[in-house]
Amino acid sequence: MQIETMAMAGTLESSDVQVTVEPGTAGIELRLESSVMNQYGRAIQKTVLDTLKRLGVSSARVQVVDQGALDCTIRARVECAVFRSAGISDKNIPWGGVVQ
Amino acid sequence: MIPRPRPERFRLRRTMMFMNAQRPGLIKDAYIYGVDSIMLDLEDAVAENQKDAARFSLYHALKHIDYGDTEVIVRINGLDTPHWQEDVRVCVAGGADGVRIAKCESADDVRRIEEHVLAAEKEFGVEEGRTLLMAALESPKGILNAREICQASERMLGVAISGGDFRKSMHVRTERSGIEINTARSLMLLAAREAGIQCFDTVFTSLDDEEGFRAEVELDHAMGFDGKSLINPRQIAYVHKTFAPTEKEIATAELYVRSYEEQSKRGVGVYTVNGKMVDIPFIEDAQRVIALAKACGVYHGDL
Amino acid sequence: MKNAVGREIPDKLLTGGKEVYQGKFHMDGKAYHKAGPVVRRAEKPQESKVLGSIREACEKCGAHDGMTVSFHHAFRNGDYVTSMVMKVLVEEMGLKDLTVATTSLGSAQDLLADYIEEGKIIGVQSSGVRGRIGEVISAGKLKTPAIIRSHGGRPRAIETGELSIDITFIAASSADDYGNASGTGGKNNCGTLGYAVADSRYANHVVVVTDTLVPFPNMPAAISSIDVDCVVVVDAIGDPKKIGTKEARVTEDPRNLMMAENCARIMAATPYFKDGFSFQTGVGGPSLAVNRYLEDYMRERGIVMGFALGGMGGNICDLMDKGLVRKLLDTQDFDTKAIEHLAAHPDKHLEISTSEYANPANKGAYVNKLDFVVLAALEIDTDFNVNVLTGSDGVLRGAPGGHPDTAAGSKCCIIVTPLVRGRMATVCKKVVTVTTPGDCVDVLVTDYGIAVNPARGDLIECLDAAGIVHTTIEALQEKAYSLVGEPDELEWEDSVIAILEARDGTILDVVRKIKPVEL
Repeated sequence: MQIETMAMAGTLESSDVQVTVEPGTAGIELRLESSVMNQYGRAIQKTVLDTLKRLGVSSARVQVVDQGALDCTIRARVECAVFRSAGISDKNIPWGGVVQ
Repeated sequence: MIPRPRPERFRLRRTMMFMNAQRPGLIKDAYIYGVDSIMLDLEDAVAENQKDAARFSLYHALKHIDYGDTEVIVRINGLDTPHWQEDVRVCVAGGADGVRIAKCESADDVRRIEEHVLAAEKEFGVEEGRTLLMAALESPKGILNAREICQASERMLGVAISGGDFRKSMHVRTERSGIEINTARSLMLLAAREAGIQCFDTVFTSLDDEEGFRAEVELDHAMGFDGKSLINPRQIAYVHKTFAPTEKEIATAELYVRSYEEQSKRGVGVYTVNGKMVDIPFIEDAQRVIALAKACGVYHGDL
Repeated sequence: MKNAVGREIPDKLLTGGKEVYQGKFHMDGKAYHKAGPVVRRAEKPQESKVLGSIREACEKCGAHDGMTVSFHHAFRNGDYVTSMVMKVLVEEMGLKDLTVATTSLGSAQDLLADYIEEGKIIGVQSSGVRGRIGEVISAGKLKTPAIIRSHGGRPRAIETGELSIDITFIAASSADDYGNASGTGGKNNCGTLGYAVADSRYANHVVVVTDTLVPFPNMPAAISSIDVDCVVVVDAIGDPKKIGTKEARVTEDPRNLMMAENCARIMAATPYFKDGFSFQTGVGGPSLAVNRYLEDYMRERGIVMGFALGGMGGNICDLMDKGLVRKLLDTQDFDTKAIEHLAAHPDKHLEISTSEYANPANKGAYVNKLDFVVLAALEIDTDFNVNVLTGSDGVLRGAPGGHPDTAAGSKCCIIVTPLVRGRMATVCKKVVTVTTPGDCVDVLVTDYGIAVNPARGDLIECLDAAGIVHTTIEALQEKAYSLVGEPDELEWEDSVIAILEARDGTILDVVRKIKPVEL
């Protein structure tokens, strides 16, 4: 998928993660902040990158502000931000397809 | 990924607890409180501009969180909104046990949802007929159409009254006695029992009014509801306690069931136990009490 | 050298007779000479000990570079005196190389973080470090490792002479002109002054700081004027409304209430739950909430609590007012209700010092008579070792307080904590820092289940008999990791930023400087 415009999903509440995606030029440029950086920074990075790859996003600026979200929440927020950026987050989501 | 077993249409549903599907901190482990059913909410709890995010969140919760024996039902947005079709798709794709139809007013409403559920089951390769339905009756029309709604589908597990919207449509406020809503409760109960499905009362929202809550739970039990919708885990214990059969009820039921087993061996139809005439409906009710006691974990006998 | 809880203690810390932790009660029966302060006689009658300012008091007491000063934290987040005095010492008098030995540190003392960064404060000894001070110490800004002691370990260190205090500044809600001081009877009351008693008796100089000067004699007095050098009157010593911090707040959270209810069930299932039993709760939400469930069980059995120990909140005072508790032995008041209750019931709500409370080096502290204690944890590992000092990220943000003392003294120590907090697994394979050794911990209550220390077969039988379902701590740890994923091991630098003393004075653990993960 193409990142068309800037889009955001998630909140800064505890156990949540806020993901912002913007069009980029040089592959995936990820900026990650996390309240559990020392224990889970690498795991969060992997989840974000894997999810973007699954969605076919090859170029984007991505900012992730994590407040200790579980993996399933991270995936949900990344997907929502990407679908919002493409303006197609409201219907006909490929549940079980690239979203899984 | 956590595969969920095929939902049971009839099971113990004393408590159904609402949870905002958009709040990760809430939905990750709502089952730890021992609630019978979790109601993940895509409707009122979710802001209009976060419906999409809530679906992504819901999908992953359904797929990745192990809810164990707790039933997982999703409250979808009303038929008068642009959201419900995608809501149905995500529920079915994620493997929710059931869908709660908000603001249901007719059998046609149920059948419309059912069509989309079936289509989604086909689309996502989910066993056809797996996804259960329940209807929330929130208006005079919904209440007066309770009979046709209760009988509208083989997927229907039950109906629930939604007090907030119902009271608004009746121009009344919450009364301690329940006088403003008890007729509606009764009509819905009659329709549900006729159709052989379950029936649930509305939420009690004044969390600090413990006395009022207890009175309403006792009323619900006395009226014959199967369970109640809840907004806070603190409310669970009292409902479970109230809806469990008492030791005396269990003992009487045991006596009836045992005497029936003996008498039917001897070919007797109607007989007396402790001076009381007993026939088949008594026995069916006694068996229901034993089954409920087992489900509530308060039966320690050998029937 | 490896100690009894498997922690590697650097040899260079084991000087001057310092030993590593060798198991609970290792020091039992050992004899020692008590330390004594340097006392300047006041033989010639003087009408008043009141001085004009904090600076005057500091000068009179010979404040100098390199000295050790002490404070108490009865006002918790509402304390003004620590920052007020340190500002005079550092900014007005230009002193340096100071060591601050307080009973605890939190966000009320954030100013001290600046002085640590500037190198004016080079030593910190405390029962805990929260807020900015924790962050700067964790970042390696303090010149010497912080020394963390429990509430019982602190008077032990003072009385054995390990901690020698040059000047103690005691915030007192009321005082007379001779220095008889109390935590009640003033305009800003904190209740008991139990934390400050050892300091008043063993510091070389004692300064009482009050905002309410009352006529002599201010009796009963927690701090006796015979120990006091001078008195200073200031506008306000603290804000009692800020004592009830979030750590010490009663909870309405259903998760906490569920765990609290289970704690009460477990207590009621043991043989210790009989008339005259004794009890303490920690300051965590779920542990404080246990009180409300105990009431039902006590009424059902027709029994009354003999005494409650340690920190007091309004809810335990309520239990006393209902006739369900005979005595309160009070080291800290957590809310205004408890503060007022202490003043109103001098016959049964009693102030005690932290030495009486928990000092393992006296002839028998009251924790040794404790039946139950319910405590919180930041982490607990599969050996039942508890951490209440460092976050899972390795940063100082907690306080052992009376945790290790009551755990060691009590017959049944229950730890209550959610299985995970956000993405942090509370029940883990190995705690970051051991603050309470696992051999002192008996039961773990989480929102996902209960586990009993296998060393306590007797308690396992009690739970089974009462039909209380329990599992193993390993199963709980696995459940936690299944929810949040297995955390990466923290990476550390060599330098030690804090030394964690066991209550008996041996070294239980050290905290090294964390190496932040960079992606």
